[in-house]
Amino acid sequence: MDDLLREFLTETNENLAVLDNELIKLEQNPNDPALLNTIFRTVHTIKGTCGFLGLPRLEQVAHAGENILGKFRDGILPVTPYSVTLILAALDRIKTLLAALEQNGTEPEGSDQELIAQLNAHAEGKDAPPAAAAPAPAPVAVPAAPVAAAAEPDEHGFVPVPASKTAEVAPPAAAPDEHGFVPMTAAQLASQAGVAPTVAAGPVREAAPAAESALANQSLRVNVEVLEGLMTMVSELVLCRNQMLQILRTQKDTEFAAPLQRLNHVTSDLQEQVMKTRMQPIGNAWAKLPRIIRDLSAELGKKIDLQMLGAETELDRQVLEMIKDPLTHMVRNSADHGLEGPADRIKAGKKDTGRITLNAFHEGGHIIIEIADDGRGLNTARIREKIIKNGLASEAEVKAMADAQVHQYIFKAGFSTAEKVTSVSGRGVGMDVVRTNIEKIGGAIDMKSVEGKGSTFTIKIPLTLAIVSALIVESAGERFAIPQISVVELVRAGGKNSDNVVERINGAPVLRLRNRLLPLVTLQALLKLPAAEKQEPEATIVVTQVGSQTFGIIVDRVFDTEEIVVKPVSPILRDIEMFSGNTILGDGSVIMILDPNGIAKATGKSHAEEETQVHEETRSRTAQKGDKLAMLLFRAGDDSPKAVPLSLVARLEDIDVSTIEYSSGQAVVQYRGSLMPLVPLSERVSILKEGNQPVLVFSDRERSMGLVVDEIVDIVEEHLNVQLGSERPGLMGSAIIVGKSTEVIDAGYYLTRAFKDFFGSTGSFQGHEPDRQQRVLLVDDSSFFRNMLTPLLNVSGYQVTTVESAVDALQLCQSSEAEFDVIVSDIEMPGMSGFEFVEALKKDQRWANVPVIALSSHATNIDQDRGRRAGFANHVAKFDREALLSTLSQTINSMRGAA
Amino acid sequence: MSNVTSLHPAGVSADHPAANGFVTMTIAGQLFGIPVLQVQDVLGPQRLTRVPLAPVEVAGSLNLRGRIVTAIDVRTRLGLPPRPVDDKGMSVVVDLNGELYSLLIDQVGEVLTLNGQDFEANPPTLDPRWRDVSRGIYRLKEQLLVVIDVAELLNLSRSAA
Repeated sequence: MDDLLREFLTETNENLAVLDNELIKLEQNPNDPALLNTIFRTVHTIKGTCGFLGLPRLEQVAHAGENILGKFRDGILPVTPYSVTLILAALDRIKTLLAALEQNGTEPEGSDQELIAQLNAHAEGKDAPPAAAAPAPAPVAVPAAPVAAAAEPDEHGFVPVPASKTAEVAPPAAAPDEHGFVPMTAAQLASQAGVAPTVAAGPVREAAPAAESALANQSLRVNVEVLEGLMTMVSELVLCRNQMLQILRTQKDTEFAAPLQRLNHVTSDLQEQVMKTRMQPIGNAWAKLPRIIRDLSAELGKKIDLQMLGAETELDRQVLEMIKDPLTHMVRNSADHGLEGPADRIKAGKKDTGRITLNAFHEGGHIIIEIADDGRGLNTARIREKIIKNGLASEAEVKAMADAQVHQYIFKAGFSTAEKVTSVSGRGVGMDVVRTNIEKIGGAIDMKSVEGKGSTFTIKIPLTLAIVSALIVESAGERFAIPQISVVELVRAGGKNSDNVVERINGAPVLRLRNRLLPLVTLQALLKLPAAEKQEPEATIVVTQVGSQTFGIIVDRVFDTEEIVVKPVSPILRDIEMFSGNTILGDGSVIMILDPNGIAKATGKSHAEEETQVHEETRSRTAQKGDKLAMLLFRAGDDSPKAVPLSLVARLEDIDVSTIEYSSGQAVVQYRGSLMPLVPLSERVSILKEGNQPVLVFSDRERSMGLVVDEIVDIVEEHLNVQLGSERPGLMGSAIIVGKSTEVIDAGYYLTRAFKDFFGSTGSFQGHEPDRQQRVLLVDDSSFFRNMLTPLLNVSGYQVTTVESAVDALQLCQSSEAEFDVIVSDIEMPGMSGFEFVEALKKDQRWANVPVIALSSHATNIDQDRGRRAGFANHVAKFDREALLSTLSQTINSMRGAA
Repeated sequence: MSNVTSLHPAGVSADHPAANGFVTMTIAGQLFGIPVLQVQDVLGPQRLTRVPLAPVEVAGSLNLRGRIVTAIDVRTRLGLPPRPVDDKGMSVVVDLNGELYSLLIDQVGEVLTLNGQDFEANPPTLDPRWRDVSRGIYRLKEQLLVVIDVAELLNLSRSAA
């Protein structure tokens, strides 16, 4: 097939996809002139190109469609559902013809006369559409020449009119040509027809191409293979860079150091930019959905409203491809099974139109996609019956299950409670495949359903697959990589310093971890590696989460986290489920990447587990906490009690003082494979000469810092009311905790004492120097939080302005000098709430594009929905320091990317 | 002479100057040959990463100038006894469908250009495992050379457990 034809096919297919959506929009906005123009022009272009390329069938169908569209545009024909259906039928025919053209290189044999006749009949008003619409409002109809005003004037302003008709009209300006057409200017014709000239055809046409070419200049087509090649080369470059940095670490003084650092930064930036080229808006996966829903609602006799929020949220092309089908499947499911027919809905007291809402947004390093419907929800009773019927569980077990557990069964293969299998869905091959596909790319899917109210599916997928953070572990002398997103935490068990002990139930090892039993597997057994001769009493456990399952992998050693380039395994090794790929580390060695899914499968567990129940419990517990803050009480330096918010503390440790070393006056200790500096809270705190020293460990991904204290007293939950105290560094103020006046320390101060850049980037490619400081406006009525967050943000490179109420914030924003890159606002504030603040703020055009992030002590879903509707770009829990920083930088980056 | 054309790698015409060139190698005393156009590299002993749970013929993976190459022990593949411990062997790197594989053999010999007239089909008495991977035999002056079919060699599902 030649290039011209290929390009024609690509472009036309794209145009047709856009047209589908535009027509549906048109149905809802029948009189939108811009929409009408765009649609008409697109079809006109298709027709023209088809004629030029010598594709008569296509040309004729397009022409017939164009006729009707022209009449829409000129107001002669009303836009009715029936007429839109006709146009869609024409487009479908064109799609069919294009598909055949692509296969064979020529148009297929056949005739479209029936369709064309239908279209033309409608165009001339000669048919009786089922939904009879009122006659066209425009003052029209040359009585004998109905076709006259329909066609668009060509570039000379001429409109073809059959010669026979013109004879009775004004004297023709020239003789009829061979088709019997007489050239007349549009103006002449229009004056005869009594119609105002259709268009200021000249100026409008000129304006449109100018707008189009401006857009065309901002983007260009690049072959996907070229981009893939570019990506591969950049990955190789990243590996080389890693190797060089590794070598550099062993050679202190070399003139390579400076240029290598420069190369390092440039490579990171290059990697980031190239990754961006792979990003595509998720709207691309949603493009076909409006049309599908439209057809479905006709087929099922239901009224469906499809809402798509966050279509511009971007994700990696590869990931997009893999979720396209699962998403479509779930939307069809919602339409078919979830939503009720209009009669049933009204009976249930709902509006007759069912709504399906798609919502996509970024959170952490993931993209979250919600698919919600307000239909009938899952019929829990019916699922229980089906479980028993299919023999998946006994009656007694099913009775004991909570609703949420029961719901999980819809993800099992072959499970469907649909009474009949429709052509749309119900074959029961859907949800398990969806889950498998999503988990294959390292994502997770969960669902919530309320009978009678509706269901919501939540999909969480990583933003990119090509380069991942991985934890390097060792077992039986071999090293492996585990994707960081699956790793929840690392635990040491056995050994003299830890309280965690590995217990056995009939030989199966488990770990008691914070009131939960964690099942354990050893990597050595999983991979059939040779066992060590002596059993170490201590074990290092990597707590891993896959979907709703959590388990622990026992390894010999944990190294560190590295950014690795994932390379697919050789075809010979592809069916080994334990591995999802392999990679080359900085030192040149090849290591396999473990697949947590494969490991989970090998441990033979099912998805519907206690996990869901436990998750529910913890969720409800946190929801009840409200504005009570968990504080860790301790003593350091003197007898007065001191406190720090527990959420900031990573771990409480008792360090054997004999393991503490001193390096240039700084006390350090080996902790989890790296050196952790120990900072005494004050000069009055001295490290014991023997025994164990209590230490509060703060950490940030790879680095840890230990705050040395005298005694850890207790953990309490209190409503916090911090009075600002003296200006002593390291002290935030004092508060009454359990009836005593307690000093609340400023954790940030000590962290920066240990590492100057503790709150800065960790050197991974996520960190890049901003060209200027980002300006943050912090709105919070609590002085405690303003004081806790301000230094945190400052140290991370943000310029912070604080106000203590929404009213102040609004006043500040409305003044002309105020300029901020991002606003962070509390929600629960006296007077004007955060919701009211952001709603008022967004009314001002100036702030329309500035992201506002919500801070809250509640992290429930209700608030998130409400927040998003009010205009918040994102939502973070107040005490989750890391989430706040990463959300901030991501939100700013995505705004920058969009700018 | 029709059996000559089947010796050449796919897509290579008989007129190609290297069409009859073979890289020779010795495994357990037997001489083998792989068409030179299929051979990417010849390597000395390499540091291999074991691949747990892999088929027994897979000796591991190695890093070749930034590309991950799967190493196959040909002795295992052909059912021969393992190499003596002090013999580190050598490797011939071949490309199959864009993936690189390193074939572990004992010794690499010269590149020979062979005469189609000396070529014979596999004798029917040949061990079936060898017959799968052998394209045919060349009669050289002092020994016989078995021509290896790389695609078949790498088709591990066929080999006996």
